[in-house]
Amino acid sequence: MVDLTLDGPRGPKPRRAISGRNIMIYGTLIVVALYYLIPLYVMVVTSLKGLPEIRMGNIFAPPVEITFEPWVKAWSEACTGLNCDGLQRGFWNSVRITVPSVIVSILIASINGYALANWRFKGAELFFAILMIGAFIPYQVMLYPMVILLRELGLYGSLTGLVLVHTVFGMPILTLLFRNYFATLPDELFKAARVDGTGFWGIYFRIMLPLSLPIFVVAVILQVTGIWNDFLFGVVYTRPQYYPMTVQLNNIVNTTTGVKEYNVNMAATILTGLVPLVIYFVSGRLFVRGIAAGAVKG
Amino acid sequence: MAQSNVSGRPFRLFRNLNAKIAAIPMILTALVIFVGFSLWTVVYSFTKSGLLPRQDFVGLMQYERLWSNTKWLISIQNLLIFGICMLVFSFVIGFVLACLMDQKIRFEGVFRTILLYPFALSFVVTGVVWQWLLNPDLGIQSVMRGFGWESFAFDPLNNSRIVMFGVVIAALWQGTGFVMVLLLAGLRGIDDEIWKATRIDGIPTWKTYLFVVVPMLRPVMVTTLVIVTAGIVKVYDLVVAQTNGGPGVSSEVPAKYVYDQMFLNQNLGQGFAASTMMLITVAIIIIPWAYLEFGGRKRG
Repeated sequence: MVDLTLDGPRGPKPRRAISGRNIMIYGTLIVVALYYLIPLYVMVVTSLKGLPEIRMGNIFAPPVEITFEPWVKAWSEACTGLNCDGLQRGFWNSVRITVPSVIVSILIASINGYALANWRFKGAELFFAILMIGAFIPYQVMLYPMVILLRELGLYGSLTGLVLVHTVFGMPILTLLFRNYFATLPDELFKAARVDGTGFWGIYFRIMLPLSLPIFVVAVILQVTGIWNDFLFGVVYTRPQYYPMTVQLNNIVNTTTGVKEYNVNMAATILTGLVPLVIYFVSGRLFVRGIAAGAVKG
Repeated sequence: MAQSNVSGRPFRLFRNLNAKIAAIPMILTALVIFVGFSLWTVVYSFTKSGLLPRQDFVGLMQYERLWSNTKWLISIQNLLIFGICMLVFSFVIGFVLACLMDQKIRFEGVFRTILLYPFALSFVVTGVVWQWLLNPDLGIQSVMRGFGWESFAFDPLNNSRIVMFGVVIAALWQGTGFVMVLLLAGLRGIDDEIWKATRIDGIPTWKTYLFVVVPMLRPVMVTTLVIVTAGIVKVYDLVVAQTNGGPGVSSEVPAKYVYDQMFLNQNLGQGFAASTMMLITVAIIIIPWAYLEFGGRKRG
Protein backbone atom coordinates (compact mmCIF):
# COMPACT_ATOMS: atom_id res chain seq x y z
CA MET A 1 0.00 0.00 0.00
CA VAL A 2 2.68 2.50 0.98
CA ASP A 3 5.22 3.31 -1.68
CA LEU A 4 8.60 2.97 -0.04
CA THR A 5 10.83 3.87 -2.98
CA LEU A 6 12.11 7.35 -2.30
CA ASP A 7 12.39 9.16 -5.58
CA GLY A 8 11.21 12.55 -4.56
CA PRO A 9 7.74 13.82 -3.79
CA ARG A 10 4.89 12.92 -6.09
CA GLY A 11 1.28 13.92 -6.34
CA PRO A 12 -0.28 17.08 -4.99
CA LYS A 13 1.23 18.80 -2.00
CA PRO A 14 -0.35 17.20 1.05
CA ARG A 15 -2.57 19.46 3.04
CA ARG A 16 -1.71 20.01 6.64
CA ALA A 17 -3.68 17.58 8.80
CA ILE A 18 -4.54 20.23 11.36
CA SER A 19 -6.01 23.18 9.59
CA GLY A 20 -8.88 25.43 10.53
CA ARG A 21 -10.98 23.80 7.87
CA ASN A 22 -10.35 20.30 9.15
CA ILE A 23 -10.99 21.26 12.75
CA MET A 24 -14.34 22.67 11.75
CA ILE A 25 -15.34 19.67 9.65
CA TYR A 26 -14.23 16.98 12.07
CA GLY A 27 -15.32 19.01 15.10
CA THR A 28 -18.85 19.35 13.77
CA LEU A 29 -19.05 15.72 12.72
CA ILE A 30 -17.75 14.49 16.06
CA VAL A 31 -20.21 16.63 18.01
CA VAL A 32 -23.08 15.40 15.84
CA ALA A 33 -21.89 11.80 16.13
CA LEU A 34 -21.84 12.15 19.92
CA TYR A 35 -25.37 13.53 19.87
CA TYR A 36 -26.43 10.50 17.85
CA LEU A 37 -24.68 8.08 20.16
CA ILE A 38 -25.89 9.53 23.46
CA PRO A 39 -29.32 7.86 23.41
CA LEU A 40 -27.72 4.47 22.75
CA TYR A 41 -25.23 5.05 25.53
CA VAL A 42 -27.93 6.16 27.96
CA MET A 43 -30.02 3.10 27.09
CA VAL A 44 -27.14 0.77 27.85
CA VAL A 45 -26.00 2.39 31.11
CA THR A 46 -29.56 2.77 32.40
CA SER A 47 -30.29 -0.88 31.74
CA LEU A 48 -27.25 -1.90 33.80
CA LYS A 49 -28.11 0.16 36.90
CA GLY A 50 -30.32 -0.66 39.85
CA LEU A 51 -33.42 1.46 40.43
CA PRO A 52 -32.06 3.29 43.52
CA GLU A 53 -28.97 4.29 41.59
CA ILE A 54 -31.11 5.64 38.75
CA ARG A 55 -33.19 7.74 41.15
CA MET A 56 -30.08 9.13 42.84
CA GLY A 57 -27.67 9.77 40.02
CA ASN A 58 -27.73 11.27 36.56
CA ILE A 59 -28.61 9.39 33.41
CA PHE A 60 -25.20 9.87 31.81
CA ALA A 61 -23.19 8.45 34.70
CA PRO A 62 -21.82 4.96 34.11
CA PRO A 63 -23.22 2.34 36.47
CA VAL A 64 -21.45 2.12 39.83
CA GLU A 65 -22.67 -1.38 40.35
CA ILE A 66 -23.38 -3.32 37.19
CA THR A 67 -26.46 -5.51 37.37
CA PHE A 68 -27.97 -7.70 34.67
CA GLU A 69 -31.17 -8.19 36.59
CA PRO A 70 -33.13 -5.63 34.50
CA TRP A 71 -32.26 -7.63 31.38
CA VAL A 72 -33.44 -10.88 32.93
CA LYS A 73 -36.57 -9.18 34.13
CA ALA A 74 -37.30 -7.53 30.78
CA TRP A 75 -36.82 -10.81 28.94
CA SER A 76 -38.73 -13.17 31.17
CA GLU A 77 -40.75 -11.37 33.87
CA ALA A 78 -42.00 -7.98 32.68
CA CYS A 79 -45.79 -7.72 32.63
CA THR A 80 -48.15 -6.65 29.91
CA GLY A 81 -51.72 -6.89 31.02
CA LEU A 82 -52.19 -10.23 32.73
CA ASN A 83 -49.18 -11.92 31.14
CA CYS A 84 -45.99 -11.70 33.13
CA ASP A 85 -43.64 -13.75 31.00
CA GLY A 86 -41.67 -10.82 29.68
CA LEU A 87 -40.60 -9.76 26.22
CA GLN A 88 -39.64 -13.25 25.13
CA ARG A 89 -43.23 -13.83 24.05
CA GLY A 90 -43.08 -10.74 21.84
CA PHE A 91 -39.67 -11.73 20.54
CA TRP A 92 -40.85 -15.14 19.39
CA ASN A 93 -44.03 -13.63 17.97
CA SER A 94 -41.92 -11.18 16.00
CA VAL A 95 -39.80 -14.05 14.71
CA ARG A 96 -42.90 -15.99 13.73
CA ILE A 97 -44.27 -12.91 11.96
CA THR A 98 -41.06 -11.74 10.34
CA VAL A 99 -39.67 -14.99 8.91
CA PRO A 100 -42.69 -16.05 6.82
CA SER A 101 -43.52 -12.44 5.89
CA VAL A 102 -40.01 -11.86 4.58
CA ILE A 103 -39.96 -15.11 2.59
CA VAL A 104 -43.43 -14.75 1.08
CA SER A 105 -43.18 -11.05 0.31
CA ILE A 106 -39.78 -11.38 -1.36
CA LEU A 107 -40.79 -14.45 -3.36
CA ILE A 108 -43.90 -12.76 -4.72
CA ALA A 109 -42.29 -9.38 -5.32
CA SER A 110 -39.28 -10.87 -7.09
CA ILE A 111 -41.54 -12.81 -9.47
CA ASN A 112 -43.54 -9.61 -10.05
CA GLY A 113 -40.38 -7.69 -10.77
CA TYR A 114 -39.16 -10.43 -13.10
CA ALA A 115 -42.43 -10.45 -15.04
CA LEU A 116 -42.32 -6.65 -15.28
CA ALA A 117 -38.72 -6.48 -16.42
CA ASN A 118 -38.52 -9.42 -18.80
CA TRP A 119 -42.02 -10.46 -19.82
CA ARG A 120 -43.82 -7.22 -20.36
CA PHE A 121 -47.45 -7.64 -21.14
CA LYS A 122 -50.10 -5.13 -21.98
CA GLY A 123 -51.23 -3.16 -18.95
CA ALA A 124 -48.28 -4.25 -16.82
CA GLU A 125 -46.91 -0.73 -16.58
CA LEU A 126 -50.29 0.60 -15.51
CA PHE A 127 -50.56 -1.87 -12.63
CA PHE A 128 -47.02 -1.07 -11.65
CA ALA A 129 -47.77 2.66 -11.65
CA ILE A 130 -50.80 2.07 -9.41
CA LEU A 131 -48.63 -0.01 -7.11
CA MET A 132 -46.04 2.77 -6.88
CA ILE A 133 -48.59 5.46 -6.14
CA GLY A 134 -50.26 3.09 -3.69
CA ALA A 135 -47.05 3.04 -1.68
CA PHE A 136 -47.78 6.61 -0.64
CA ILE A 137 -51.39 6.06 0.43
CA PRO A 138 -51.54 6.40 4.23
CA TYR A 139 -52.14 2.96 5.72
CA GLN A 140 -54.98 4.40 7.76
CA VAL A 141 -57.06 4.63 4.58
CA MET A 142 -56.81 0.88 3.93
CA LEU A 143 -56.81 -0.21 7.56
CA TYR A 144 -60.45 -1.05 8.01
CA PRO A 145 -61.27 -2.64 4.63
CA MET A 146 -58.30 -4.90 5.35
CA VAL A 147 -59.91 -5.89 8.65
CA ILE A 148 -63.04 -6.88 6.72
CA LEU A 149 -61.04 -8.85 4.13
CA LEU A 150 -59.13 -10.74 6.80
CA ARG A 151 -62.33 -11.44 8.70
CA GLU A 152 -63.95 -12.81 5.55
CA LEU A 153 -60.93 -15.02 4.96
CA GLY A 154 -61.04 -16.16 8.58
CA LEU A 155 -57.54 -14.79 9.15
CA TYR A 156 -58.31 -11.76 11.34
CA GLY A 157 -56.19 -11.88 14.48
CA SER A 158 -53.99 -14.68 13.22
CA LEU A 159 -50.33 -14.67 12.30
CA THR A 160 -51.16 -15.76 8.74
CA GLY A 161 -53.31 -12.67 8.34
CA LEU A 162 -50.48 -10.43 9.44
CA VAL A 163 -48.12 -12.18 7.00
CA LEU A 164 -50.59 -11.40 4.22
CA VAL A 165 -50.74 -7.74 5.31
CA HIS A 166 -46.96 -7.41 5.30
CA THR A 167 -46.75 -9.09 1.90
CA VAL A 168 -49.27 -6.68 0.44
CA PHE A 169 -47.85 -3.49 1.89
CA GLY A 170 -44.24 -4.47 1.24
CA MET A 171 -44.98 -5.18 -2.39
CA PRO A 172 -44.48 -1.71 -3.94
CA ILE A 173 -40.95 -1.09 -2.73
CA LEU A 174 -39.82 -4.69 -3.26
CA THR A 175 -41.30 -4.93 -6.75
CA LEU A 176 -39.55 -1.70 -7.65
CA LEU A 177 -36.29 -3.04 -6.24
CA PHE A 178 -36.45 -6.29 -8.22
CA ARG A 179 -37.80 -4.79 -11.41
CA ASN A 180 -34.98 -2.27 -11.53
CA TYR A 181 -32.39 -4.91 -10.76
CA PHE A 182 -33.61 -7.45 -13.32
CA ALA A 183 -33.74 -4.69 -15.92
CA THR A 184 -29.98 -4.16 -15.51
CA LEU A 185 -29.11 -7.81 -16.18
CA PRO A 186 -27.87 -8.34 -19.74
CA ASP A 187 -30.70 -9.08 -22.12
CA GLU A 188 -28.58 -11.64 -24.02
CA LEU A 189 -28.79 -14.05 -21.11
CA PHE A 190 -32.54 -13.94 -21.21
CA LYS A 191 -32.66 -14.29 -24.99
CA ALA A 192 -30.21 -17.19 -25.03
CA ALA A 193 -32.33 -19.03 -22.48
CA ARG A 194 -35.45 -18.41 -24.52
CA VAL A 195 -33.77 -19.76 -27.62
CA ASP A 196 -32.85 -22.85 -25.63
CA GLY A 197 -36.53 -23.28 -24.93
CA THR A 198 -36.44 -22.41 -21.23
CA GLY A 199 -39.79 -21.11 -20.05
CA PHE A 200 -40.92 -18.41 -17.67
CA TRP A 201 -40.28 -20.32 -14.45
CA GLY A 202 -37.18 -22.06 -15.74
CA ILE A 203 -35.49 -18.77 -16.50
CA TYR A 204 -36.56 -17.36 -13.16
CA PHE A 205 -35.28 -20.23 -11.04
CA ARG A 206 -32.21 -21.23 -13.04
CA ILE A 207 -30.90 -17.91 -14.34
CA MET A 208 -32.41 -14.89 -12.59
CA LEU A 209 -32.41 -16.23 -9.06
CA PRO A 210 -28.74 -17.33 -8.97
CA LEU A 211 -27.66 -14.07 -10.63
CA SER A 212 -29.42 -11.79 -8.23
CA LEU A 213 -28.33 -12.90 -4.79
CA PRO A 214 -27.10 -9.40 -3.82
CA ILE A 215 -30.48 -7.85 -4.46
CA PHE A 216 -32.15 -10.63 -2.50
CA VAL A 217 -29.88 -9.80 0.42
CA VAL A 218 -30.84 -6.12 0.13
CA ALA A 219 -34.51 -7.10 0.07
CA VAL A 220 -34.12 -9.33 3.12
CA ILE A 221 -32.45 -6.51 5.06
CA LEU A 222 -35.15 -4.06 4.04
CA GLN A 223 -37.96 -6.43 4.97
CA VAL A 224 -36.55 -7.81 8.21
CA THR A 225 -35.97 -4.33 9.63
CA GLY A 226 -39.24 -3.00 8.27
CA ILE A 227 -41.40 -5.84 9.54
CA TRP A 228 -39.60 -6.18 12.84
CA ASN A 229 -40.13 -2.47 13.50
CA ASP A 230 -43.79 -2.47 12.52
CA PHE A 231 -46.21 -1.36 15.19
CA LEU A 232 -49.46 -0.36 13.51
CA PHE A 233 -50.22 -3.63 11.70
CA GLY A 234 -49.23 -5.65 14.72
CA VAL A 235 -51.63 -3.79 16.95
CA VAL A 236 -54.51 -3.76 14.46
CA TYR A 237 -54.39 -7.22 12.93
CA THR A 238 -53.30 -9.53 15.74
CA ARG A 239 -54.68 -10.67 19.06
CA PRO A 240 -52.76 -9.79 22.24
CA GLN A 241 -51.22 -13.26 22.45
CA TYR A 242 -49.61 -12.69 19.02
CA TYR A 243 -48.48 -9.10 19.62
CA PRO A 244 -45.06 -8.44 18.09
CA MET A 245 -42.18 -7.17 20.18
CA THR A 246 -42.69 -3.48 19.38
CA VAL A 247 -46.29 -3.55 20.60
CA GLN A 248 -45.30 -5.42 23.72
CA LEU A 249 -42.46 -2.98 24.41
CA ASN A 250 -44.90 -0.09 24.19
CA ASN A 251 -47.28 -1.86 26.56
CA ILE A 252 -44.52 -2.61 29.07
CA VAL A 253 -43.11 0.92 29.08
CA ASN A 254 -46.33 2.89 28.91
CA THR A 255 -48.29 0.90 31.46
CA THR A 256 -49.91 3.19 33.96
CA THR A 257 -49.91 0.74 36.83
CA GLY A 258 -47.08 -0.05 39.21
CA VAL A 259 -43.67 1.50 39.75
CA LYS A 260 -41.87 2.72 36.64
CA GLU A 261 -38.85 0.49 36.28
CA TYR A 262 -36.66 2.56 34.04
CA ASN A 263 -33.85 0.04 33.94
CA VAL A 264 -36.18 -2.76 32.87
CA ASN A 265 -37.74 -0.45 30.28
CA MET A 266 -34.36 0.37 28.80
CA ALA A 267 -33.28 -3.26 28.75
CA ALA A 268 -36.54 -4.08 26.96
CA THR A 269 -35.92 -1.23 24.52
CA ILE A 270 -32.44 -2.49 23.66
CA LEU A 271 -33.74 -6.04 23.25
CA THR A 272 -36.39 -4.79 20.83
CA GLY A 273 -33.91 -2.74 18.86
CA LEU A 274 -31.26 -5.43 18.83
CA VAL A 275 -32.33 -7.41 15.76
CA PRO A 276 -32.51 -4.42 13.38
CA LEU A 277 -29.35 -2.94 14.91
CA VAL A 278 -27.36 -6.14 14.41
CA ILE A 279 -28.60 -6.37 10.83
CA TYR A 280 -27.69 -2.74 10.29
CA PHE A 281 -24.17 -2.99 11.66
CA VAL A 282 -23.45 -6.29 9.90
CA SER A 283 -24.89 -5.33 6.53
CA GLY A 284 -23.38 -1.84 6.29
CA ARG A 285 -23.53 -0.62 2.71
CA LEU A 286 -26.25 -3.04 1.69
CA PHE A 287 -28.62 -1.40 4.19
CA VAL A 288 -27.89 1.98 2.65
CA ARG A 289 -28.58 0.50 -0.77
CA GLY A 290 -31.88 -0.84 0.48
CA ILE A 291 -33.15 2.46 1.81
CA ALA A 292 -31.81 4.34 -1.20
CA ALA A 293 -33.78 1.97 -3.43
CA GLY A 294 -36.90 3.77 -2.32
CA ALA A 295 -35.47 7.04 -3.54
CA VAL A 296 -34.21 5.79 -6.89
CA LYS A 297 -36.55 6.67 -9.66
CA GLY A 298 -38.63 3.78 -10.96
CA MET B 1 -44.30 -25.98 -15.24
CA ALA B 2 -42.70 -24.39 -18.26
CA GLN B 3 -45.53 -23.78 -20.62
CA SER B 4 -44.96 -22.92 -24.19
CA ASN B 5 -45.42 -19.22 -24.71
CA VAL B 6 -45.87 -19.61 -28.41
CA SER B 7 -49.31 -21.10 -28.70
CA GLY B 8 -50.59 -22.28 -32.02
CA ARG B 9 -53.44 -19.84 -32.06
CA PRO B 10 -52.37 -16.33 -31.10
CA PHE B 11 -55.14 -15.66 -28.63
CA ARG B 12 -54.36 -12.35 -26.93
CA LEU B 13 -55.29 -13.15 -23.38
CA PHE B 14 -53.17 -16.30 -23.30
CA ARG B 15 -50.11 -14.76 -24.82
CA ASN B 16 -47.40 -14.46 -22.21
CA LEU B 17 -49.74 -16.34 -19.91
CA ASN B 18 -47.18 -17.29 -17.28
CA ALA B 19 -46.13 -13.70 -16.78
CA LYS B 20 -49.75 -12.75 -16.32
CA ILE B 21 -50.30 -15.53 -13.80
CA ALA B 22 -47.15 -14.46 -11.98
CA ALA B 23 -48.38 -10.88 -11.86
CA ILE B 24 -51.74 -11.77 -10.34
CA PRO B 25 -50.68 -10.86 -6.77
CA MET B 26 -49.45 -7.50 -8.01
CA ILE B 27 -52.60 -6.85 -10.03
CA LEU B 28 -54.83 -7.83 -7.11
CA THR B 29 -52.87 -5.67 -4.69
CA ALA B 30 -52.97 -2.69 -7.01
CA LEU B 31 -56.63 -2.95 -7.94
CA VAL B 32 -58.31 -4.48 -4.89
CA ILE B 33 -56.23 -3.10 -2.04
CA PHE B 34 -54.81 0.19 -3.19
CA VAL B 35 -57.64 1.35 -5.45
CA GLY B 36 -60.57 -0.67 -4.11
CA PHE B 37 -59.94 -0.25 -0.40
CA SER B 38 -59.23 3.46 -0.74
CA LEU B 39 -62.46 4.01 -2.66
CA TRP B 40 -64.35 1.91 -0.12
CA THR B 41 -63.08 4.09 2.72
CA VAL B 42 -63.94 7.28 0.85
CA VAL B 43 -67.47 6.01 0.11
CA TYR B 44 -68.07 4.88 3.69
CA SER B 45 -66.85 8.23 5.01
CA PHE B 46 -70.23 9.55 3.87
CA THR B 47 -72.12 7.07 6.04
CA LYS B 48 -73.18 6.96 9.65
CA SER B 49 -71.08 3.84 10.38
CA GLY B 50 -70.52 3.27 14.06
CA LEU B 51 -69.33 -0.04 15.45
CA LEU B 52 -69.84 -1.70 12.07
CA PRO B 53 -69.83 -0.20 8.57
CA ARG B 54 -73.39 0.60 7.45
CA GLN B 55 -74.70 1.94 4.17
CA ASP B 56 -76.56 4.73 5.88
CA PHE B 57 -75.56 7.76 3.85
CA VAL B 58 -75.59 11.08 5.65
CA GLY B 59 -73.75 13.32 3.23
CA LEU B 60 -70.99 15.42 4.72
CA MET B 61 -72.09 14.94 8.33
CA GLN B 62 -68.90 13.09 9.34
CA TYR B 63 -66.75 15.84 7.85
CA GLU B 64 -68.71 18.56 9.61
CA ARG B 65 -68.25 16.74 12.89
CA LEU B 66 -64.61 16.15 12.10
CA TRP B 67 -63.80 19.79 11.49
CA SER B 68 -65.63 20.89 14.60
CA ASN B 69 -63.85 18.34 16.78
CA THR B 70 -61.17 19.96 18.95
CA LYS B 71 -59.06 16.82 19.02
CA TRP B 72 -58.92 16.71 15.23
CA LEU B 73 -58.13 20.41 14.96
CA ILE B 74 -55.30 19.97 17.45
CA SER B 75 -54.12 16.95 15.45
CA ILE B 76 -53.96 18.99 12.27
CA GLN B 77 -52.18 21.85 14.01
CA ASN B 78 -49.68 19.42 15.52
CA LEU B 79 -49.07 17.76 12.19
CA LEU B 80 -48.32 21.17 10.68
CA ILE B 81 -45.88 22.06 13.47
CA PHE B 82 -44.29 18.64 13.30
CA GLY B 83 -44.14 18.60 9.52
CA ILE B 84 -42.67 22.07 9.07
CA CYS B 85 -40.07 21.56 11.80
CA MET B 86 -39.15 18.12 10.47
CA LEU B 87 -38.78 19.28 6.88
CA VAL B 88 -36.81 22.42 7.69
CA PHE B 89 -34.46 20.85 10.22
CA SER B 90 -33.96 17.47 8.60
CA PHE B 91 -33.15 19.10 5.26
CA VAL B 92 -30.90 21.84 6.61
CA ILE B 93 -29.04 19.55 9.00
CA GLY B 94 -29.06 16.67 6.54
CA PHE B 95 -27.65 18.85 3.78
CA VAL B 96 -24.95 20.41 5.96
CA LEU B 97 -23.91 16.96 7.17
CA ALA B 98 -23.89 15.60 3.62
CA CYS B 99 -21.66 18.50 2.54
CA LEU B 100 -19.28 17.85 5.43
CA MET B 101 -19.19 14.15 4.59
CA ASP B 102 -18.46 15.05 0.99
CA GLN B 103 -15.14 16.76 1.87
CA LYS B 104 -13.16 13.55 1.23
CA ILE B 105 -12.90 13.04 4.96
CA ARG B 106 -11.42 10.11 6.78
CA PHE B 107 -13.62 7.62 8.62
CA GLU B 108 -16.53 8.54 6.41
CA GLY B 109 -17.93 5.04 6.86
CA VAL B 110 -17.80 5.36 10.64
CA PHE B 111 -19.60 8.70 10.65
CA ARG B 112 -22.21 7.46 8.21
CA THR B 113 -22.81 4.35 10.27
CA ILE B 114 -23.32 6.45 13.41
CA LEU B 115 -25.61 8.98 11.76
CA LEU B 116 -27.81 6.37 10.17
CA TYR B 117 -28.19 3.76 12.89
CA PRO B 118 -31.29 5.32 14.51
CA PHE B 119 -33.02 4.91 11.18
CA ALA B 120 -32.79 1.13 11.57
CA LEU B 121 -34.71 1.31 14.84
CA SER B 122 -38.43 1.14 15.38
CA PHE B 123 -40.29 4.38 16.08
CA VAL B 124 -41.44 2.72 19.29
CA VAL B 125 -37.83 2.32 20.41
CA THR B 126 -37.07 5.94 19.48
CA GLY B 127 -40.14 7.19 21.30
CA VAL B 128 -39.38 5.23 24.45
CA VAL B 129 -35.73 6.30 24.54
CA TRP B 130 -36.54 9.97 24.13
CA GLN B 131 -39.32 9.72 26.67
CA TRP B 132 -36.62 8.62 29.09
CA LEU B 133 -34.04 11.23 28.02
CA LEU B 134 -36.63 13.98 28.37
CA ASN B 135 -37.85 12.73 31.73
CA PRO B 136 -38.00 15.91 33.82
CA ASP B 137 -36.92 14.40 37.13
CA LEU B 138 -34.15 12.10 35.97
CA GLY B 139 -33.32 13.03 32.38
CA ILE B 140 -31.47 15.82 30.61
CA GLN B 141 -33.20 18.55 32.60
CA SER B 142 -32.08 17.15 35.95
CA VAL B 143 -28.55 16.56 34.68
CA MET B 144 -28.23 20.17 33.54
CA ARG B 145 -29.55 21.33 36.90
CA GLY B 146 -27.07 19.02 38.57
CA PHE B 147 -24.28 20.82 36.73
CA GLY B 148 -25.27 23.98 38.57
CA TRP B 149 -27.64 25.45 35.99
CA GLU B 150 -30.51 25.55 38.47
CA SER B 151 -32.98 27.42 36.30
CA PHE B 152 -32.57 25.11 33.29
CA ALA B 153 -36.03 24.09 32.19
CA PHE B 154 -36.64 21.73 29.31
CA ASP B 155 -39.62 19.55 29.95
CA PRO B 156 -41.45 19.34 26.63
CA LEU B 157 -43.25 16.08 27.34
CA ASN B 158 -45.22 17.58 30.22
CA ASN B 159 -45.78 20.98 28.71
CA SER B 160 -48.66 21.06 26.26
CA ARG B 161 -47.32 24.17 24.52
CA ILE B 162 -44.04 22.63 23.43
CA VAL B 163 -44.74 18.90 23.52
CA MET B 164 -44.56 18.61 19.71
CA PHE B 165 -41.01 19.89 19.80
CA GLY B 166 -40.11 17.00 22.06
CA VAL B 167 -41.51 14.68 19.41
CA VAL B 168 -39.64 16.58 16.69
CA ILE B 169 -36.33 16.12 18.52
CA ALA B 170 -36.85 12.37 18.62
CA ALA B 171 -37.99 12.23 14.99
CA LEU B 172 -34.98 14.27 13.88
CA TRP B 173 -32.67 11.93 15.72
CA GLN B 174 -34.16 9.05 13.81
CA GLY B 175 -34.69 10.59 10.38
CA THR B 176 -31.94 13.12 9.64
CA GLY B 177 -29.42 10.39 8.79
CA PHE B 178 -31.75 9.15 6.07
CA VAL B 179 -31.98 12.60 4.48
CA MET B 180 -28.21 12.94 4.79
CA VAL B 181 -27.55 9.62 3.02
CA LEU B 182 -29.86 10.42 0.12
CA LEU B 183 -28.45 13.92 -0.33
CA LEU B 184 -24.92 12.56 -0.08
CA ALA B 185 -25.73 10.09 -2.85
CA GLY B 186 -26.92 13.06 -4.88
CA LEU B 187 -23.74 15.02 -4.15
CA ARG B 188 -21.65 12.05 -5.30
CA GLY B 189 -23.47 12.13 -8.60
CA ILE B 190 -22.32 15.67 -9.36
CA ASP B 191 -19.71 15.88 -12.07
CA ASP B 192 -16.19 16.70 -10.93
CA GLU B 193 -15.90 19.13 -13.84
CA ILE B 194 -18.38 21.42 -12.09
CA TRP B 195 -16.09 21.61 -9.11
CA LYS B 196 -13.05 22.29 -11.28
CA ALA B 197 -14.89 25.01 -13.15
CA THR B 198 -16.04 26.83 -10.02
CA ARG B 199 -12.58 26.52 -8.50
CA ILE B 200 -10.99 28.08 -11.55
CA ASP B 201 -13.51 30.89 -11.38
CA GLY B 202 -12.54 31.38 -7.74
CA ILE B 203 -16.01 30.87 -6.35
CA PRO B 204 -15.92 30.01 -2.64
CA THR B 205 -16.93 26.45 -1.76
CA TRP B 206 -19.98 27.45 0.28
CA LYS B 207 -21.27 29.59 -2.56
CA THR B 208 -20.80 26.72 -4.98
CA TYR B 209 -22.80 24.46 -2.70
CA LEU B 210 -25.60 26.93 -2.24
CA PHE B 211 -25.98 28.33 -5.73
CA VAL B 212 -24.63 25.62 -8.03
CA VAL B 213 -24.99 22.31 -6.24
CA VAL B 214 -28.40 22.80 -4.61
CA PRO B 215 -30.13 23.58 -7.91
CA MET B 216 -28.40 20.54 -9.44
CA LEU B 217 -29.62 18.37 -6.59
CA ARG B 218 -33.21 19.29 -7.32
CA PRO B 219 -34.33 15.79 -8.45
CA VAL B 220 -32.85 14.09 -5.37
CA MET B 221 -34.19 16.85 -3.14
CA VAL B 222 -37.69 16.52 -4.54
CA THR B 223 -37.72 12.73 -4.22
CA THR B 224 -36.44 12.95 -0.65
CA LEU B 225 -38.98 15.65 0.12
CA VAL B 226 -41.82 13.46 -1.13
CA ILE B 227 -40.66 10.42 0.86
CA VAL B 228 -40.12 12.42 4.05
CA THR B 229 -43.45 14.23 3.71
CA ALA B 230 -45.36 11.02 3.08
CA GLY B 231 -43.69 9.68 6.24
CA ILE B 232 -44.65 12.77 8.23
CA VAL B 233 -48.34 12.41 7.37
CA LYS B 234 -48.23 8.80 8.62
CA VAL B 235 -46.54 9.61 11.95
CA TYR B 236 -48.19 7.40 14.53
CA ASP B 237 -46.08 4.94 16.51
CA LEU B 238 -43.59 7.59 17.60
CA VAL B 239 -46.30 9.66 19.23
CA VAL B 240 -48.00 6.63 20.76
CA ALA B 241 -44.74 5.46 22.34
CA GLN B 242 -43.39 8.85 23.39
CA THR B 243 -46.40 10.79 24.64
CA ASN B 244 -49.50 8.76 23.77
CA GLY B 245 -51.08 12.00 22.65
CA GLY B 246 -50.53 13.69 25.97
CA PRO B 247 -50.41 15.72 28.08
CA GLY B 248 -54.18 15.74 27.60
CA VAL B 249 -54.71 15.82 23.86
CA SER B 250 -51.88 18.23 23.10
CA SER B 251 -49.77 15.88 20.99
CA GLU B 252 -52.50 14.10 19.07
CA VAL B 253 -51.83 13.48 15.38
CA PRO B 254 -54.26 12.58 12.55
CA ALA B 255 -53.09 8.95 12.20
CA LYS B 256 -53.75 8.44 15.90
CA TYR B 257 -57.13 10.12 15.62
CA VAL B 258 -58.08 7.63 12.89
CA TYR B 259 -56.98 4.64 14.94
CA ASP B 260 -58.70 5.87 18.10
CA GLN B 261 -61.98 6.57 16.32
CA MET B 262 -62.00 3.24 14.50
CA PHE B 263 -60.82 0.85 17.15
CA LEU B 264 -61.37 2.52 20.52
CA ASN B 265 -64.39 4.80 20.10
CA GLN B 266 -66.30 2.51 17.72
CA ASN B 267 -66.93 5.47 15.50
CA LEU B 268 -65.94 4.11 12.11
CA GLY B 269 -67.48 6.94 10.10
CA GLN B 270 -65.27 9.50 11.83
CA GLY B 271 -62.25 7.30 11.22
CA PHE B 272 -63.10 7.00 7.54
CA ALA B 273 -63.62 10.75 7.18
CA ALA B 274 -60.34 11.51 8.96
CA SER B 275 -58.40 8.98 6.89
CA THR B 276 -59.94 10.39 3.72
CA MET B 277 -58.56 13.77 4.77
CA MET B 278 -55.14 12.14 5.15
CA LEU B 279 -55.51 10.63 1.69
CA ILE B 280 -56.34 14.05 0.23
CA THR B 281 -53.30 15.58 1.94
CA VAL B 282 -50.99 12.96 0.46
CA ALA B 283 -52.64 13.25 -2.94
CA ILE B 284 -51.97 17.00 -2.97
CA ILE B 285 -48.29 16.22 -2.48
CA ILE B 286 -47.99 13.13 -4.65
CA ILE B 287 -49.99 13.93 -7.75
CA PRO B 288 -47.99 16.98 -8.89
CA TRP B 289 -44.78 15.10 -8.14
CA ALA B 290 -45.84 11.93 -9.97
CA TYR B 291 -46.96 14.07 -12.88
CA LEU B 292 -43.61 15.84 -13.11
CA GLU B 293 -41.62 12.69 -12.48
CA PHE B 294 -43.40 10.14 -14.64
CA GLY B 295 -45.80 12.09 -16.83
CA GLY B 296 -43.11 14.43 -18.03
CA ARG B 297 -40.72 11.68 -18.93
CA LYS B 298 -43.06 9.90 -21.29
CA ARG B 299 -43.43 13.02 -23.36
CA GLY B 300 -39.82 14.07 -23.14
